[in-house]
Amino acid sequence: MPVNETIAHYSSWCYGSATGIYVLAMLFCLAEGAFSRVKQGAGNAAPARQLVGAGGPSTAESTTAPAGPSAVEPAMHIGRTIETRRPLPERLGRMGVALVVLGLALHLTAIVLRGVATDRPPWGNMYEYMSVLCFVALSTWTVLMRKFPIRRATGFVLVPVVILLFLGGTVLYTAAEPVEPALQSYWLAIHVTVVSAASGILLVPGVASVLYLIRTAYDRNANRFARLGPKLPTADTLDRLAYRTTIFGLPLFTFGVICGAIWADSAWGHYWQWDPKETTAFVAWVIYAAYLHSRATAGWRGTRAAIINALGFAVMIFNLFFINLVVTGLHSYAGVG
Amino acid sequence: MVTRTVNEPTEQVAPPPGSPVRGLLAFVRNTWRGLVTMRTALMLLFLLAVGAMPGALLPQFPLNPPLAQQYIDDHGWWGQLLNRAQFFDVYGSVWFAAIYVLLFVSLVGCLLPRTVEYFRQATAKPVITPRNLARMPHHTASTVAAEPLAALDAAKRQLRGWRVVERAEPDGARSISAERGYLRETGNLIFHFAMLGLIVAFAIGKMYGYSGQSIVLAEGNQQSQWCNSGVLAYDSFTPGLRVDGTDLAPFCIRVNNFSSTFLSTAQADSFDAGLSYQDDPRNDPNTWQSYDLKVNSPLNIDGDKVYLAGNGYAPVFTVTYPNGQQRTNVIQWKPDDAVTYLSEGATKFDPPGITDPTELHKKQIAVTGLFAPTAVITNGVMTSSFPAPNNPGVAAQIYEGNLGSDSDEQSIFDIDQNMVDNGSLKLVAQANLSLGQQVTLPDGTKVRFDAVQRWVSLMITHDPTADYVLVFAVLLLLGLVTSLVIKRRRIWVRVTPAGDDDPAGRTVIDVGGLARTDQAGYGEEFTRLSARILDAVAGADRSTAGKDA
Ligand code: HEM
Repeated sequence: MPVNETIAHYSSWCYGSATGIYVLAMLFCLAEGAFSRVKQGAGNAAPARQLVGAGGPSTAESTTAPAGPSAVEPAMHIGRTIETRRPLPERLGRMGVALVVLGLALHLTAIVLRGVATDRPPWGNMYEYMSVLCFVALSTWTVLMRKFPIRRATGFVLVPVVILLFLGGTVLYTAAEPVEPALQSYWLAIHVTVVSAASGILLVPGVASVLYLIRTAYDRNANRFARLGPKLPTADTLDRLAYRTTIFGLPLFTFGVICGAIWADSAWGHYWQWDPKETTAFVAWVIYAAYLHSRATAGWRGTRAAIINALGFAVMIFNLFFINLVVTGLHSYAGVG
Repeated sequence: MVTRTVNEPTEQVAPPPGSPVRGLLAFVRNTWRGLVTMRTALMLLFLLAVGAMPGALLPQFPLNPPLAQQYIDDHGWWGQLLNRAQFFDVYGSVWFAAIYVLLFVSLVGCLLPRTVEYFRQATAKPVITPRNLARMPHHTASTVAAEPLAALDAAKRQLRGWRVVERAEPDGARSISAERGYLRETGNLIFHFAMLGLIVAFAIGKMYGYSGQSIVLAEGNQQSQWCNSGVLAYDSFTPGLRVDGTDLAPFCIRVNNFSSTFLSTAQADSFDAGLSYQDDPRNDPNTWQSYDLKVNSPLNIDGDKVYLAGNGYAPVFTVTYPNGQQRTNVIQWKPDDAVTYLSEGATKFDPPGITDPTELHKKQIAVTGLFAPTAVITNGVMTSSFPAPNNPGVAAQIYEGNLGSDSDEQSIFDIDQNMVDNGSLKLVAQANLSLGQQVTLPDGTKVRFDAVQRWVSLMITHDPTADYVLVFAVLLLLGLVTSLVIKRRRIWVRVTPAGDDDPAGRTVIDVGGLARTDQAGYGEEFTRLSARILDAVAGADRSTAGKDA
């Protein structure tokens, strides 16, 4: 199977452009946060604190916080309806989101072209895998923006995505190539698609949980994160966002790991042999299970749950970088060759 | 919800004074209660995560023994200490076993009462309607012209799929209490039980399974036949704890051919071995079935799986003795370079017709050195530029003398260095040989490089529980999805006569809702459902009344 160099070239070009557009989008979104300070500062913090006190996850275990669109950031809606023309920072932010959508289109093109060029599912190496991860993460975020009032936090999701894409496009870049025999399996397509998608989805609760920690720190003491805190979505929103995306990402991740085991069984003869990659995936899975448990454990909801969730994603990233780049040298699969 | 009972921190039961037996009982009870709390489960999960991690970061004996040994040697006392603490065999270590056994016990302890509770719940009626529905997280109300009973019936009809109970209340009101989402707990129990099953099946598989490797020439001849006759048939064999190797499935395999293709970058593209096999040669010694063995498609023979685990080259040498007698030998050489297949090995010859050991030990010959499938010679040094056999070459070093074949430590890839050191085995010739070329030794013996054959390394694994593990894994996933997707939620409808001061004799309807699972996002469903209920109730009587929430 020869590689179509021209198409591979177009793919790389789309990838680069998408990354550039995300950078621009990130700057726009972060600019919105930086310049909308005076307007939002006073109006937003008070209701947020009240919301957390009333319906946050720290209340009695089985009651649900008054969910649904009605409970979200009243201040923002007021601000919007009163003014006929949106203030500049907000327009910047909205342009940032529009750019994200444009970037996603290019990004998707890059992934598809890569697959066409190599005539295989386009996620056979780290560069391709990270590209898919970032694509899924941003798509998830874009979809969730319709359900959750999180547009203002878009810049914070773009930061890790841009870093990952940049590393992927430079340090980890791999020329388009077919993959070795052990990787030539439709389980590769299923396993890696699902795991990279799940990792992409789990990036969202990871970011949301970190933002949650910042937000609750601010809510408890307005001097901490005084500039950043009030511009973040409410703690309740972030908590719900983290939970809802986790319960979507985790089963997907579980499915991906099971597919990986099936693939390992057919390629290497053992469905599970505690190889570093498998082990770290297992550890991440256990941490997410701990996250779900922590939400049902008195005294562990809220801050601690958020820390566990962020830790879960940290382990996913650790698995991606450290285990791939540093540890694989220690162990090779019993593949042919 | 029932499961919440385990969430509470354990209250410490003070050991009753006096009897040591009761003291012990109390201790056991307290330990047990502590073990089955959610908090303990959480801690054990963390421990499991932390405990599993060193296995990913340190080289492990079961996976890569030389590397683990290397690491220990490189790290002095620190390596010794880690080794003694079983950090190089984490998943076989006592402390890791302790963590998962504790988790296992905790899981069982947690599941038993939950299961009992679950079956009690299966027939339980939805709870009594709260007094003040306006206090519920979700609430809406309306006043309609319909009669209370008609209104309630109309509401009830909208609650298909809900477990519904209707109650009369002391003050003349009537209410419906409805609940659904019981499947959530079902899913949760399935999930936890499946995990239990998975752990057990995994452990049994480890105990009763085995795996091993064997190298076989891919020529379809006698040397290409391999039978699973016992441990000795294997080059390496890893039995489970309960496997002694006496009771293996007796299948036989013959490797007829092997082919590999490579990209121009030398990256492997495909490996393909043509096999014949017999399930049980004792039954039908003459019928063979064929199978095309590839990297991702193992052959399954009644629960034993055969994998294509490796491959390489076996150069064929012919020795022509001064008296005209010939000997041809072929043995696998091992690839040292995973990309170019530059290989090394030792092909050994006994002189024909000599039985006297002292004579024999003067005339044994070993051809060693390097084999290159695509030989490139720069300054007399042979390397391989490509993994395919485009231009096979051997950089041969030929030894004559005593190979020391009697000693046990013989490696098939090497000569006995001790014999070289003590002068019993002497280097007698060196040459770079292409196919068909030969070299003449000082005593007139000729050694010719004739041909190249292929060998494959077969891995045979037997895991009696792999299918069960898969079934449990699938159940685990289904249970997880069910328990995460399904919301346990309640809805209440109360109809109250509007009272004497309402001249039209209308009915007040209150609808309240509560989701029992955290962050469930019940709002949208409630809005939809309550609207439908209010519509139905309003329609129950032709005259529609204005809604006022
Ligand atoms: C092998 C270790 C365990 C793992 C990997 C695990 C995993 C999980 C997962 C992923 C959930 C989420 C499902 C849901 O939210 O409905 C869950 C829920 C739950 N687990 Fe476990 N579990 C383990 C052990 C335990 C143990 C030992 C207990 C008892 C102490 C327990 C009690 C519960 C309970 C009560 C829930 C329901 C929580 C809720 O309703 O939100 N689990 N578990």
